[in-house]
Amino acid sequence: MSFELSGWTEPTLEENLIKAGFDRRDFLKYCGELAAVFAVGGAVAGSATPAFAAPVPAEVIADKMGALTKPVVVWLQLQECTGCMESALRSGGTTIEDAVLRLLSVEYNELVMPAAGAAANKALEAANAQPHVLVVNGSIPVNDGGIYCTIGGESAESVLRKSAEKASAVIAVGACAVWGSVQASKPNPTGAVGVDQILTGRPVINVAGCPPIGEVITATIAYLLTHGEAPKLDNQGRPLFAYDQRIHDSCQRRAHFDAGQFVRTFDDDGARNGWCLYEVGCKGPSTFAACPIIKWNKGTSWPVQAGHPCLGCTEKNFFDNFTPFYRTLPNVGGFGVEGTAEAVGWGVVGVAAAGVAIHAGVTAAAHAASRNAAAGNEPLQAFGDSERVWLPNPKKVEASADAEAPAETTTDDSKKAE
Amino acid sequence: MARVVVDPITRIEGHLRIELEAEGGKITKAWSETTQFRGIEEIVQGRDPRDVWAFVQRICGVCTSVHAIASISAVENAIGSNPPKQAKAIRDLVLTAQEVQDHCIHFYHLHALDWVDVTKALEADPVKTKAFADSIAKTAGVPSWKGNTVERFAEVKATVKSIVDSGQLSIFTGGYWGHPAYKLPAEANLMAVAHYLDALEFQRSMIRIVTVFGGKNPHPNFLVGGMACSIDPNKSETVNQVQIDQIAQWIAEADEFVHRVYLPDALAVVTVYKEYFDIGASVPNFMAVGMSGATYSGDPNTGDKSSPHTAVAPGVIMNMDLANVQPFDPTKIAEGIFSAWYTYSGDAKALHPSVGETTVKYTGPKPPYQWLGDADKYTWSKAPRYDGKPVQVGPLARVLLAYARGHERTKALVDFAMGAIGIKPAQLNSTAGRALARCVEAVTSVEVLGTIFDSFVENLKKGDIDVFDSSKWEPSSWPAQASGFSFVEVARGNLSHWVTIKDGKVDRYQAVVPTTWLAGGRDEEGQQGPYEASLAGDGTHPLADPDRPLEVLRTIHSFDPCMSCAVHVLDPEGQEIQVVVS
Repeated sequence: MSFELSGWTEPTLEENLIKAGFDRRDFLKYCGELAAVFAVGGAVAGSATPAFAAPVPAEVIADKMGALTKPVVVWLQLQECTGCMESALRSGGTTIEDAVLRLLSVEYNELVMPAAGAAANKALEAANAQPHVLVVNGSIPVNDGGIYCTIGGESAESVLRKSAEKASAVIAVGACAVWGSVQASKPNPTGAVGVDQILTGRPVINVAGCPPIGEVITATIAYLLTHGEAPKLDNQGRPLFAYDQRIHDSCQRRAHFDAGQFVRTFDDDGARNGWCLYEVGCKGPSTFAACPIIKWNKGTSWPVQAGHPCLGCTEKNFFDNFTPFYRTLPNVGGFGVEGTAEAVGWGVVGVAAAGVAIHAGVTAAAHAASRNAAAGNEPLQAFGDSERVWLPNPKKVEASADAEAPAETTTDDSKKAE
Repeated sequence: MARVVVDPITRIEGHLRIELEAEGGKITKAWSETTQFRGIEEIVQGRDPRDVWAFVQRICGVCTSVHAIASISAVENAIGSNPPKQAKAIRDLVLTAQEVQDHCIHFYHLHALDWVDVTKALEADPVKTKAFADSIAKTAGVPSWKGNTVERFAEVKATVKSIVDSGQLSIFTGGYWGHPAYKLPAEANLMAVAHYLDALEFQRSMIRIVTVFGGKNPHPNFLVGGMACSIDPNKSETVNQVQIDQIAQWIAEADEFVHRVYLPDALAVVTVYKEYFDIGASVPNFMAVGMSGATYSGDPNTGDKSSPHTAVAPGVIMNMDLANVQPFDPTKIAEGIFSAWYTYSGDAKALHPSVGETTVKYTGPKPPYQWLGDADKYTWSKAPRYDGKPVQVGPLARVLLAYARGHERTKALVDFAMGAIGIKPAQLNSTAGRALARCVEAVTSVEVLGTIFDSFVENLKKGDIDVFDSSKWEPSSWPAQASGFSFVEVARGNLSHWVTIKDGKVDRYQAVVPTTWLAGGRDEEGQQGPYEASLAGDGTHPLADPDRPLEVLRTIHSFDPCMSCAVHVLDPEGQEIQVVVS
């Protein structure tokens, strides 16, 4: 069972405020403050009056504001690279212009907002004071009193906490906001952590990925609007609609894995025939993401289709746990599975199992307290193909210029093994 | 005297704070303060050099790809890997497509709202807006764009009206609407808002060129030794004629958008705001290793070059002396820390990136804080200097270098623009000049994109389909110790990566990044960094209303700041980070 969204279950802002415990007097006071905040006070009152128009009485603003119907969104960017916002800009689903201009009122986002400095900070204060959806890109560097990321002279942690106070839903977007990502990898010089390590004790929707697919970012927000509640989440807070399948299970190259046809080195004959990238380090077997299903940039391609192993960027601490990136899965750091790639054979079944364990157990334990959002969710169901993974000894299948030959070898092998 | 803090500077990548002193409507002092630090180079120490591109790529998601390409080029230089010709062509395609897309996003989504008053679009007549759009296309000497229709302008006007009428301004909340410094006619505002929206769709479409080869964007995949995407034209699982046809189409779209939308719009904006050719002059020194997209694995003067931009050799312009371009000498680069929160061993004042070091020594106030500029040290950004001088890098530096070196297409575009606007070359060192140069560069880049693609396809026809040099893939094939570096001209300017590999692991890594060159602070000589000089260089930069610092945004945005890029650290000794919180 997902948590209830307290902020925008009612049609208008006033009704939402009343439900959240505001009374009319509080609301009037708040609107009086707003009159001073909005440089474009006239626009709040429903016209394009320039900024220097006479102040609008609080009651008038209250009436207009109370009738507002678009959920307010505060979209923070903390310690990060802006890749997640760029990804959102490239969503071909709900486009960013639809989201920003038609569905939502995104009243604070540093990448796109025209206001800067004091005007931006005031817009943030005003939005923070209302029920709102909080979207966060970026990690929070907690070392040394927060000196490693400040906005308006305040630490990222302080900015986050203030924005979270009245937020009705919190969405952490991107590997940094979810787990800290690259700057949190060893030795994590700035003490970077994810949002749910700061906002403990409340649900956080974790849209994982470095960056997440644009469509997944906008769909997570659209899901809230459409359903009036959070999407169902896995035990790491990731929406099932985009993270219930392993890359490996939906991969267009999966048949080649099952058939024991592997790329041995980049651009070899196997690569030119679209064989499986497992041996050159693909993390698809341990990565939950919808890349093969949704693909990237209007369905153009996705990493494995373009010949590169999956880096596993939707998984926790992938920069530490999945490196070296080009080493075959059981040997990468963080797995602790003994044995070499050459001795895998049937053992690869164990790899799949290790992936499941990582997914279902380890990280959940690390953050169990902060992931109460997922407490009521059913266990993920998409793991259990290990019993039907059949794998011949990869060494017996050599890529050759003649694509048909290895295919036949494989078929023979498969019969023997069965 | 008024003290003004602009923090956050919005519509940039990352976190930048500007502190100012102003008197009588003019800026007298400025401090450029980078307020984010991540320590990525420290993190890559001890890692597999073949992995590092993925780490350093995450320095920035706006100029995504460029750090990855710089990284693999530096590692290849170190280990002696030779990517096949077609792999280099693919990287050139990716880099050039990225730069064109990046420049368009900058103009429309990060810079335009400094010049365009969205609310004034409501006063525009869609019919007159169409006429205005046609007229500026004519001035630019191009056909009016197919998207310039009365229906489209009416639709966009209705969209703006619905936003304003709803009382919820969304991202436009708190903008400086009605500021007297906005002076475009109503029709220009409506046209610009329409093109702002069109540019969103455009960038989504054209970035697919990168996705074909890198699998995703932002943060596509790269490979030391070549590219991972095979390109056999007779296979279905590789890049083949299907993608070739798509890319040809996307390049055609990009070409049309840049020539028929971006060029006329940029020319019109800088013409209306012509006074900004006399505002925002920064340091008169410029450095570039070639045109946009130029990529060198190793020394740009002798090193292996992957780029087709052979027309313009590396060079340095000092004191705006276009007649005497000086040779570029990479040994003259040094990074100082006088104003930055670091310390150097042995009290060195500045270090060359090949021996660069960074030990954090924070001496600033504990947040929350009010003012940083009174202390000598006030930023996370180091201050690079060339031959001891602050230099500008970026589109303006490259365009001036190409202009000075007589690059024909650049010269034609710049001379045409200067004639149409009525300015002299010296005035290009200005807020409007940097915006104009970026547009000129988008034009030359999108034209060269077609050329790169044509030669890629030509080679493909000849059967040239190899994209990976496997000979140096295994660390056992590398020397026990090796150093390498790369120079790449990326959207925001000159980028270099420096790597030392020991026993198959990264021993030292350093990136000298465009925004570091530009956003860095003062040095011990008292020379300001380029951002600071553009605002407080001569005491004439306007700031009419300290509460609404629109003029400051115009000038700072003209550099296209990318702050996450600006701050990087390698800590080769693995020292403890030392913090002094005052």
